[in-house]
Amino acid sequence: MALRIVMAKLGLDGHDRGVKIVARALRDAGFEVIYTGLRQTPEMVVDAALQEDAQVIGLSIHSGAHMTLIPRVMDVLKEKQAEDLMVFAGGIVPDEDIEKLKKLGVAEVFTPGTPLQEIVDYLRAKFPGETAAV
Amino acid sequence: MRALARAISLVERRDPSTRELFETLGEPRPETEILGLTGAPGTGKSTLADALVAWHRAHGESVAVIACDPNSPFTGGAIFGDRIRMQRHALDPDVFIRSMGARGHLGGLALASREAVRLLSAYGFDRVILETVGVGQSELEVAGVADTTLLVLAPGLGDGVQMIKAGIMEIADVFVVNKADQPGYERTVLEIRSMLNMGPKLPWKPPIVATVASRGEGIDELMEAVARHRAFLVSSGRMEARRLERLKDEAADLVGEWSRKAARRLLEDDDDLAGRLEADKAPYGAAESILKEEGARLVPGQQ
Ligand SMILES: Nc1nc2c(ncn2[C@@H]2O[C@H](COP(=O)(O)OP(=O)(O)OP(=O)(O)O)[C@@H](O)[C@H]2O)c(=O)[nH]1
Ligand SMILES: [Mg+2]
Repeated sequence: MALRIVMAKLGLDGHDRGVKIVARALRDAGFEVIYTGLRQTPEMVVDAALQEDAQVIGLSIHSGAHMTLIPRVMDVLKEKQAEDLMVFAGGIVPDEDIEKLKKLGVAEVFTPGTPLQEIVDYLRAKFPGETAAV
Repeated sequence: MRALARAISLVERRDPSTRELFETLGEPRPETEILGLTGAPGTGKSTLADALVAWHRAHGESVAVIACDPNSPFTGGAIFGDRIRMQRHALDPDVFIRSMGARGHLGGLALASREAVRLLSAYGFDRVILETVGVGQSELEVAGVADTTLLVLAPGLGDGVQMIKAGIMEIADVFVVNKADQPGYERTVLEIRSMLNMGPKLPWKPPIVATVASRGEGIDELMEAVARHRAFLVSSGRMEARRLERLKDEAADLVGEWSRKAARRLLEDDDDLAGRLEADKAPYGAAESILKEEGARLVPGQQ
């Protein structure tokens, strides 16, 4: 069974080139990516992940609002008793914020320039055996 | 809701543990109306699904959308982007949207989507919309599951009627010419009409409806055509006849699925079978002996 990953672009900035590049790399690695689009709210992302029965949420954020929006995602997951979902994020996030986000339960934050293979390897290590049975 | 989503995952990965559940659930509730949306990539199926969801919600009905997309045959991976078009319904508790991978197993998608419909119906959804891309086997499988299949076309190069593969036109209960705001749509309508006129006289003549899904135009007319088709199915006795036909299809698909899975395993593990293949230089003897000798053991849980 392929790992299912909901990928979303949080916040109001309108660029999704980066998140689409990551989505393609994850697809090519054998994962199922559900891309929900731009301008997502934390509530929308969590709802989509639950309906899609995804194990992973990948958040892309470049608007500088990461310290409000990402913690909100973690709160909504808690409210919905879905803390078992793994959350990772990508974007321009300063080191001290990465530490804070990890304390809130975010599994990993990938900053710009991270090789795509590193993200793929990270997920493979976290979910061994969860690529698709072709 | 999470339980529903998880059950759909079991069905999607063809987990044999759901058998008991479906033997208890039985068939979908007859009130659940199942609509299929199929057509070439980019013709506007998801946008149309979004407009249909809005229409149903305005009429007080709950709706589930299952969007089937092919997985890569090489890696098994996929990117499902159909939800993007339906974002405005994201927080509506009476709307459920799910992406489902068509993993290229013959009959598997038909079984999976049929069982997903059973789950959604039991969960209380009034309408289920099944979207599939018309590029392979999948739209045929899904057409067998839907009560009414909408074939979505759009004007412009590549989507022309002549381009449609043989066998696809026949699955349309209603033709939707979407993107009617674009030049050339009248021509697409004419092409479909002349093609229909060339064919044999059938008891149901598929209507052609023009829509602009992105603006919600033509949806009333489309839903009226769907209602007429449904009335035809009921009054002609087809609705009832199709119930048994579908169960027959499902039974045949299950035989295929069960025996294929078990046969694969046997062919890997059993040296005698491998020896037989080497000796015969042909697959028939091995296949026959699997069916004859393994018989009941092909059924999951019977090994
Ligand atoms: N002009 C115009 N564009 C439309 C209309 N309906 C959809 N579109 C656009 O057509 C493009 C494809 O729409 P989708 O709804 O994603 O098409 P689809 O058939 O679901 O595509 P796949 O799932 O990839 O096969 C989008 O950019 C839509 O905004 C319409 O009625 N008129
Ligand atoms: Mg689509």
